[in-house]
Amino acid sequence: MRKDYDIVVIGGGPAGMAAAASARESGITNILILERDRELGGILNQCIHNGFGLHTFKEELTGPEYAARFISKVKEAGIDYMLNTMVLDISPDKEVTAMNREEGLFTVRAGAVILAMGCRERPRGALNIPGYRPAGIYSAGTAQRLVNIEGFLPGREVVILGSGDIGLIMARRMTLEGAKVKVVAELMPYSGGLKRNIVQCLDDFGIPLKLSHTVIDIDGKERVKGVTLARVDENRKPIPGTEEYIPCDTLLLSVGLVPENELTKGMGIDLMRATSGPKVNESMETSREGVFACGNVLHVHDLVDYVTQESEEAGKAAARYIKSGLKRGAAVEVEAAGGVRYTVPSSIQPENAEDKIVVRFRVGDVYKDSWISVYYDKERILHRKKRIMAPGEMEQVILKKEELQKRMGLKKITITIEEA
Amino acid sequence: MAPEIWEVRFMYDVVVIGAGVTGCAVARELSRYDLKICVLEREEDVCCGTSKANSGIVHAGHDARPGSLKAKFNLMGNEMMEDLSKELDFPFRRNGSMVLCFKEEEKGKLEELKRQGEENGVKGLRILEREEIRRMEPNLTENAVAALYAPSGGIVCPFGLTIALAENAYVNGAEFRFNTEVASIERVSDTGREGYLLRTDKGEIRSRAVVNAAGVYADTFNNMVSGRKLSIIPRKGEYRLLDKSTGKFVDKTIFQMPTELGKGVLITPTVHGNLMVGPTAADIEDKEGVNTTAEGLEEVALKAALSAEHVPGGQVITSFAGLRAHEAGDDFVIGEAEDAAFFFNAAGIESPGLTSAPAIGAVLAEEIAGRLGAVRKEKFQVERKGIFCVSTATKEELADRIKENPAYGNVICRCETVTEGEIRDAVRRPLGAKSLDGVKRRTRAGMGRCQSGFCSPKVMEILAEELGCSKLELTKSGHGSYLLAGLDKENL
Amino acid sequence: MRKELTCIGCPMGCQLTAVVEGNEVVSVEGNTCAKGASYAKKECIAPQRTVTSSVRVEGGVLKMVSVKTAEEIPKEKTGSCMKALKDICVKAPVHIGDIILADVAGTGVNIIATKNIDPAERALA
Repeated sequence: MRKDYDIVVIGGGPAGMAAAASARESGITNILILERDRELGGILNQCIHNGFGLHTFKEELTGPEYAARFISKVKEAGIDYMLNTMVLDISPDKEVTAMNREEGLFTVRAGAVILAMGCRERPRGALNIPGYRPAGIYSAGTAQRLVNIEGFLPGREVVILGSGDIGLIMARRMTLEGAKVKVVAELMPYSGGLKRNIVQCLDDFGIPLKLSHTVIDIDGKERVKGVTLARVDENRKPIPGTEEYIPCDTLLLSVGLVPENELTKGMGIDLMRATSGPKVNESMETSREGVFACGNVLHVHDLVDYVTQESEEAGKAAARYIKSGLKRGAAVEVEAAGGVRYTVPSSIQPENAEDKIVVRFRVGDVYKDSWISVYYDKERILHRKKRIMAPGEMEQVILKKEELQKRMGLKKITITIEEA
Repeated sequence: MAPEIWEVRFMYDVVVIGAGVTGCAVARELSRYDLKICVLEREEDVCCGTSKANSGIVHAGHDARPGSLKAKFNLMGNEMMEDLSKELDFPFRRNGSMVLCFKEEEKGKLEELKRQGEENGVKGLRILEREEIRRMEPNLTENAVAALYAPSGGIVCPFGLTIALAENAYVNGAEFRFNTEVASIERVSDTGREGYLLRTDKGEIRSRAVVNAAGVYADTFNNMVSGRKLSIIPRKGEYRLLDKSTGKFVDKTIFQMPTELGKGVLITPTVHGNLMVGPTAADIEDKEGVNTTAEGLEEVALKAALSAEHVPGGQVITSFAGLRAHEAGDDFVIGEAEDAAFFFNAAGIESPGLTSAPAIGAVLAEEIAGRLGAVRKEKFQVERKGIFCVSTATKEELADRIKENPAYGNVICRCETVTEGEIRDAVRRPLGAKSLDGVKRRTRAGMGRCQSGFCSPKVMEILAEELGCSKLELTKSGHGSYLLAGLDKENL
Repeated sequence: MRKELTCIGCPMGCQLTAVVEGNEVVSVEGNTCAKGASYAKKECIAPQRTVTSSVRVEGGVLKMVSVKTAEEIPKEKTGSCMKALKDICVKAPVHIGDIILADVAGTGVNIIATKNIDPAERALA
């Protein structure tokens, strides 16, 4: 019912906008962004705190400001976008079925698809926290939307489970807006959040952080009345006798993000266990030709700047795919080993790569004074010391196309952590 | 002409206590007659007690002792369910069920169960051997040596069924009073007519007849008027519900023969395509004790693993607990109390209560109508149309619907693909939703993998608009379950 | 006076001990790089923070607009800054950088908008 597009981008958050803008800069004029919310910008719109963009813009922006720069870019480039539009299905031959109020149900045929749907928060159910199911249990992101965009305080006495950055940021936001945050509990023996956020979101307000603690019971039949915290052992099991009841009317959960890959699964694309995102090659292309992925739908990021970089790579590659196609044939496998949980990409076809290939990865534990090593088959070609690496911080190594092309018959690139 | 005194004094012919599936089924069947009916419910909505937290199974009927009321109503209800699902437009699927046997020496018991089922009138029962089990259900354990297959077993949406019954009863004239808790029931007589005075927290109500469909509280009400005391023990059942991506893990409802771990748990697809495992069975004291426990949830996982080693436990999206109304006599208590005329019990309604509800409604309504000398109405609206369901509609149906009303093109709950149109309908329709859970039970908004993280602020927006109230007044499920505490900076 | 603090320079989060005499940090211990020392010096003498929040908008496509202090303000002014925003309500349209409140809490720093809010009418057109 409507014209076809060279590239259809699913999602108008930071990933989708950066991918679309860079595809446009690479010469593709026929791009459509489909966004389910009422505005472009995605989750940045509710991240009103500062700390975004130090890498990309060399200044410290709030989420909405960072988003606005890309919204302007999209608008100035004349990229088509549709808001309040939900994509329901993408067929293997890249026919996108979507709907909204104005157009009803419609399909768009795409030359290439860029998946940029982002991620969602893990709910209480995924943790099997026992207890009642009263009002007052929110994921941190939902609370963030209520407080920052709608102007409502979801509760007055708050316990937060999970000390990732969203949990920490919400501790400060709720406090500033007039709530009492009683404690932030963290299952792991370390926080996944930035030190800066621990200091400025918790310490500044005297909010205690309890590491190796979890919520083992939720009390209250109508509204939350309190939660029971307990210390956990090294297997993350609650230790009997360490229970502590904390009266509160709200429990915020900041217990992890899950890439939203239902559409991806529907297309039969291969996913990686470690990330819950699609497997991609050097071009951010998934197991299905001409379908690319970037941002949090691919793997959960901690910095939006990295989302932008990755998505620009995806946009460029999609443009290349449309203009001249990508080279097929044997690719070099990228293996995550010894403390590295996964890598993105997980295979490289050097001929398709830019001069420099960024391989992003996460470690599975906290490592101090250890080395990041890269092996080309059996040969170590990089050995870089890091004072600290933690699961909460994405790491990266940069490979040179030239080097890869020199090594005919290279089978495997291994990225590993080597301890002191 | 002035009304007769009894008409003034007895506002209703029948008051039904409890708007669970049983109460709503009775009300719906009663509404076929020229009777003035009122359903009293202490919660803010229908389907808030036992009816909302159970397995959603339409049992074949082999479990109950032959000759018991459970056996009788189970069979009858099972037979009624399919037609009823078409009449009242709620999701039902006859997926069949299996009872797994894990020990060679217990095959005899399986045969016994089959004979019992046949005596109860269950059709098509068949013993499956190991290979056949695996062929039908490849994900089941190889340890299952035999199974009793019941092709007539089914699954139903408990909310869908209860809400459909209630809406249809309402459309046919039954009144519903929510947030109304009955404190006492007393036998009274006026100008020669017998009846009951019910004192509630919202005033007094008089009725010629009372139906006690009060779930775990049915003993309390029975014991107020009858010397034949009942004792209902709340028996907790905990469940885990899994993501829709796992909904095809099994096709049939998989029961277990009791093992050394006690009564088994089931693994079943739900009618909406999730996978569900549970329940535990623990007798407790607190009739409000619908909390899950670490032990209970662990037990569910442990026992489910006996049927299938690789139940994808990592895909759990929520857990919940419900209370079965277990009567000490271990059977349904249905019909007029012997020593309390016009007081009709539908008590002890535990499994297979959901299956039996339509039958209990039909039988009880007929009995009550007979006793009250009521006649069938000329005009009874038999059919009820449910909320248009975007996620299951065909593309053509959907396109037409959006053309008619663009709100059906605006997706609010992305996990379950529920639109603004469906949510507005859920609020506006007869006995419409008044809370977040009310919307959820009617539309499934918030029931998906993100468990309302994304859609709850948007549903709140629509609810406030439709109800004409501030968001601060909105609740999760009525009473004090307020969703928001105030405005930003309000108390700075 | 000794002050204990956590360095925010990197994920190491070194536990720093600073010795403060009058208005001057005379020594820093516990740091493992130069960043730690300079952080401790600033944080002990005059800690500064950017404050962000949302304020109400009238006649806009959204009901709230996000705002921030245009520069960092003294940390101890955070509370009074929030109080000053309590009853603020601006009219749409709002543009990024618009001054929402000048000289908040006597800091000399303005509160500025961090989001564009179109008027409601334009959104309908």
